[in-house]
Amino acid sequence: MIIDSYRTVETPEGVELALRIAGPAVRGYAWFIDFLIRAAIYMALAFVFSLIGDFGTGLLLISIFLIEWFYPIFFEVRKYGMTPGKKALGIRVVMEDGNEITLQASFIRNLLRAFDFLPFLYGFGLVTMLCNSEFKRLGDISAGTLVVYRHELGEAVDIAKAIPAAPAVPLNSAEQKAIIQYAERVPNLNPERSMELANILSDLTKAKDHTATTKLLQYANWMLGRR
Amino acid sequence: MNQDKFVDKYQSKWDGFEAWLAQKARLDIKEGQVVPLANDVPHIYRQLCHHLSLAQSRNYSAYLVDYLNQLVLRGHQYIYGQQKVSSNSILQFMFVGFPRVVRDEKWLVLLGHLLFYGPLFAVVAVIQIFPDFVYSIIDPQNVEQIRSMYNPDSDYIGRARDADDDFKMFGFYIYNNVSIDFKTFAGGIFYGLGSIFFMVFNGLHIGAVFGYLIHIEYGTPLFSFVAGHSAFELTAITLSGAAGMKIGFALVAPGRKTRGQALKDSAKISLQIMYGAMTMTALAAFIEAFWSSKTFIDPQIKYTVGIVLWVLTYAYLLFAGRQYRKPATRTPAINNTDNTGTA
Repeated sequence: MIIDSYRTVETPEGVELALRIAGPAVRGYAWFIDFLIRAAIYMALAFVFSLIGDFGTGLLLISIFLIEWFYPIFFEVRKYGMTPGKKALGIRVVMEDGNEITLQASFIRNLLRAFDFLPFLYGFGLVTMLCNSEFKRLGDISAGTLVVYRHELGEAVDIAKAIPAAPAVPLNSAEQKAIIQYAERVPNLNPERSMELANILSDLTKAKDHTATTKLLQYANWMLGRR
Repeated sequence: MNQDKFVDKYQSKWDGFEAWLAQKARLDIKEGQVVPLANDVPHIYRQLCHHLSLAQSRNYSAYLVDYLNQLVLRGHQYIYGQQKVSSNSILQFMFVGFPRVVRDEKWLVLLGHLLFYGPLFAVVAVIQIFPDFVYSIIDPQNVEQIRSMYNPDSDYIGRARDADDDFKMFGFYIYNNVSIDFKTFAGGIFYGLGSIFFMVFNGLHIGAVFGYLIHIEYGTPLFSFVAGHSAFELTAITLSGAAGMKIGFALVAPGRKTRGQALKDSAKISLQIMYGAMTMTALAAFIEAFWSSKTFIDPQIKYTVGIVLWVLTYAYLLFAGRQYRKPATRTPAINNTDNTGTA
């Protein structure tokens, strides 16, 4: 059994979409960033509204109410499922089938936040997330939503550039990832060790030692789409 | 086909699709407005899905598969995207949808009424016989504060007010009371117990206040204050409790569904009840802030308005959105060869 945080969703066209689920830690950091943003807004509003007396206090109370309950709903529905905190950390809220979150689902998950937050700082929410294979808190379970990584396409961590070359045989995705990860590790390995590892694939590269390392780097560059 | 040929062949189509996605995202398309594409979008999208499957099964580079995966994901979201809410549907919900949902859940709503008003009236009655019972529910300092707030000799009911104050209190009531509704609802996820607790607790507390004030014969300031907004506010509490119990009881008795599915289905319905409860509480806050505390308005007028609002609230919940049966009409003949042979 592979333990992974990928969830595949089959679309009506028969394609499998891959969603990588975000865990409690990154969600916690995102919440904290949002918390700081909200605190800053409250302080700014408190300052501004204090200048207009009791009317200002009323405005302040209404604003705090609206922001506290509806800040996440606004961003989730209008901004592609991302509050500023989530955007900063590259995660977003989607429905279970990969679609954008609906208003209804956003309301449900955010109203139930009041319970997930208990006893303090998302205690119940955290426990639920850890008991769930998809890191869903109670709000997510009730609304049918997931928090996933936005999965931006980017180049992998610095891989030494080399002239891209395709491997002689097509490799499946696990094999490709192994070669890419090898290329990522090469700077941290001493040359003997990287050659030792590269020699494991000498049947594929038809080379040994230093040439094999270079060849694998070339494959990695090709797999990453460098031309 | 090798990967490079594959990419060369179809890259222009993918670029076209990506440009369409970018355009759609940028313009924040209003419902119905079409962004043109050279060929029709579903056709291109299906081709794109096919390409993704090919790339996966032929083990093309991870980068290409990722790229196509992202394109498909974004396309999927626009094509199977959600409904936008129109103003028409809001009105429809207000006048038809919401009362119908409340009537659909009538047993839970009734239970909510029982859990809230039961303790409320019970405590009012008990305090008339055992006045000190109020101190079992509210501590003495708060009791004193309540006593001074509703003093019939004072110029104002409730807290000291001027116009600015009214708005401040409006803000406070919104902040406080709608949050109570939301928490009552959210508590329901714990198998309904949270909602039950909130309703009983609020019933006891309000009952204690009322019972005490009636006992010391401050009834007139009390009732003239609460008459206006009580209909909306108290009904909203019972509705929030009913909504919370609905999701909680879905976990207790999911029927023929899994608990997760039952929870999801009931949450959607509960939410509709919450929309209504939220609005009612906001209205109550408005009335409470700008009408209820005005002592220059004769209590008789306030009582009348209060009674009217109570009647209206329940008339709305019981009768709005009902369909009345129309008399049966004869179905017209589809062609002229009906049995009556009329010319």
